Amino acid sequence: MKEKYLSVTALTRYVKRKIELDPHLQEVWLKGEISNFSHHSRGHMYLTIKDTNARIQAVMFSSDNRQLKFRPENGMNVLLRGHVSVFEPYGNYQFYIKSMEPDGIGALYLAFEQLKVKLESEGYFELQHKRQIPKFPRHIGVITSPTGAAVRDIITTIKRRFPIVQLTVLPVLVQGGEAAPSIVKAIENACSLEMFDTLIIGRGGGSIEDLWSFNDERVVKAIFHSKIPIISAIGHETDVTISDFVADLRAATPTGAGELAVPSMQELSDTVHHLKARLIKLTQLTIMKKTESLQVLRKSYAFHYPKHLLSDKEQYVDRLTEKLQTSFSSIIKIKKTEYEHQLTRIKAQHPKKVQELAKGNLLKLKEDLHKYSEAIIEKKTQNLLSYIDKLSLLNPLYIMKRGFALPINEKGKIIKSVDQVAIKEHVEIKMQDGSVHCLVQNKRRDNIG
Amino acid sequence: MDERKELSFEEAIIKLEEIVLKLEEEDVPLEKAIEYYQEGMKLSKLCDDILEDAQEKMTQILKDGNEIEPFEIQGE
Repeated sequence: MKEKYLSVTALTRYVKRKIELDPHLQEVWLKGEISNFSHHSRGHMYLTIKDTNARIQAVMFSSDNRQLKFRPENGMNVLLRGHVSVFEPYGNYQFYIKSMEPDGIGALYLAFEQLKVKLESEGYFELQHKRQIPKFPRHIGVITSPTGAAVRDIITTIKRRFPIVQLTVLPVLVQGGEAAPSIVKAIENACSLEMFDTLIIGRGGGSIEDLWSFNDERVVKAIFHSKIPIISAIGHETDVTISDFVADLRAATPTGAGELAVPSMQELSDTVHHLKARLIKLTQLTIMKKTESLQVLRKSYAFHYPKHLLSDKEQYVDRLTEKLQTSFSSIIKIKKTEYEHQLTRIKAQHPKKVQELAKGNLLKLKEDLHKYSEAIIEKKTQNLLSYIDKLSLLNPLYIMKRGFALPINEKGKIIKSVDQVAIKEHVEIKMQDGSVHCLVQNKRRDNIG
Repeated sequence: MDERKELSFEEAIIKLEEIVLKLEEEDVPLEKAIEYYQEGMKLSKLCDDILEDAQEKMTQILKDGNEIEPFEIQGE
C-alpha cells in the first residue's frame, strides 16, 4: 500500500483546526509575567508570557490594545483573557490576547500612576506654571455637564456669594470615551472667546472609571496650556485626578470651587465697614494728637514769660558787644607792634646806605689796582735787564771779539764742514772788524771727537 | 462724585485700604489727614453703593456655534 503524504500546510491547518475546536482553548484565562514586549509601529503588541517553567508567544492586536489604560512593561505580572491558535506561516501556536489587567493592582490605578510620574518628570505640576486666580472676576466659564449636582453646586454657591459676576456654562460630556475630546474642545473654545477671566472645570463624585476623562493626557495638557486660570473641582474630597495637579487651583468639591472663585459680598461689605470704622477712628486720633501738641506748645515757658525771654536775649547781646570791642582793640594793638617792627627793618635796608658801602669798596679796589700794577712793572723791568745780559753773552760778534771767525762760501752760506768746500773755491772769512777773501789750496779732515 | 464712573469695586477697596494704612503708619499732617478722611469716606460709600446696587447677573449657557442662551438649573 502506497503511503499518503501530507503537505506542511495541510498538517498545520489540521493542528490549527483541532485547537480551534477545543472550547477550553478558545476562552482562556491566563496569568503570567510579560517579557520581550514590543509595540509595533502598526499598533500590534508582541510579547512573551512566562512563568518559572514555561513561556508562550502572545500577540495583542491594535483593535484590542487600544482599550488599554496602562502601558504593558517587561516584568509586569498580568491577568489575560484570550484564545490559543496557530500562526500558519511559522507553524507556531500562540496566545491571542483579548484583554489585559495588571495582576495585584487595578489597571486604572496603574495608568494613573504612570501618567502622573511622566507628567511630573516633564514639569507639568511645577508651581511656577500656576496662574493667579482673579480676586474679583467679572465673567466665569463653568466647564461641566449641564445636568447634575456639580453645575448646581457651583452656580448656587457663586450666586450666593457674589451675584454680580456673569456665569456661563460650557456644557461638556464628563464620562465615557467622548468626554476627553469634548472637555479639550471646551477649554480651547473658552480661551479663544476671550471673555472669561476664570474657568471652573467640574464634575461630581464617582468611581475612578467615572472620573477617568480627567486623567486623560489630552485633558491634562489642555488645562496646562489654557491662557485663562483654571480651578478644578472634580469629584469629592478623596477623589484626586491628574487634572487637579495641573490646574491653577484645586477645589475639594464643586461647592469649594464656587467659594474659591469669588469673594463673598457679605464679607466684602464687612471689610468696607471695618475699613470705614478704622478710617474714622484714625482721623479722630490724628486730630486728638494734634490738639495735644498744641496744648503742650501753649503751656510752654516762652508763651508765659515773654519779657524774661526778651531780657535774657538783651543781656546776651550786651555781652557779645562788649566782647567784640575788647577783641577789636587787642587786635589793633597787635597789628601796630607788627607794623613798627616791619618799619625798622625797612629803614635798615635804605638804598643810600648800600651806596656808601659800595663807594668805600670801590676806592679800596682802585688803590689795590694801582699798587699791584706798579709792582708788576718793576718786576718785569728787572727781568728784562737780566735777559739783556744773558743775550749779550750769546751775541756772535761778542764771540768774534774773542778770536773766532766765520767762513762763508760763494753762495753766502756758513761752512760747517770741509766737505762743503772744494779746492780752488773762494771762501770769505768774516771777523769782528771786517772780512778776508781766501782761495782753498788744499783741505784735510781731522778726526776730532 | 464722578469717581464712580472710573473706579471699579476692586480699585476702590484697594485705595481705601491704602489710605487706612497711610493713616496708621505715618505721622500725617492735619490737613493731609482730613484730606485722606474725606477721600476714604467717599471710597467707602462708593464700595457700599456698588455692593447694594449690584444687579444679579443671569446665568447663561454656551450652545453650539457659540450661541448664548439663558440657563436654568434643572430640578433635583
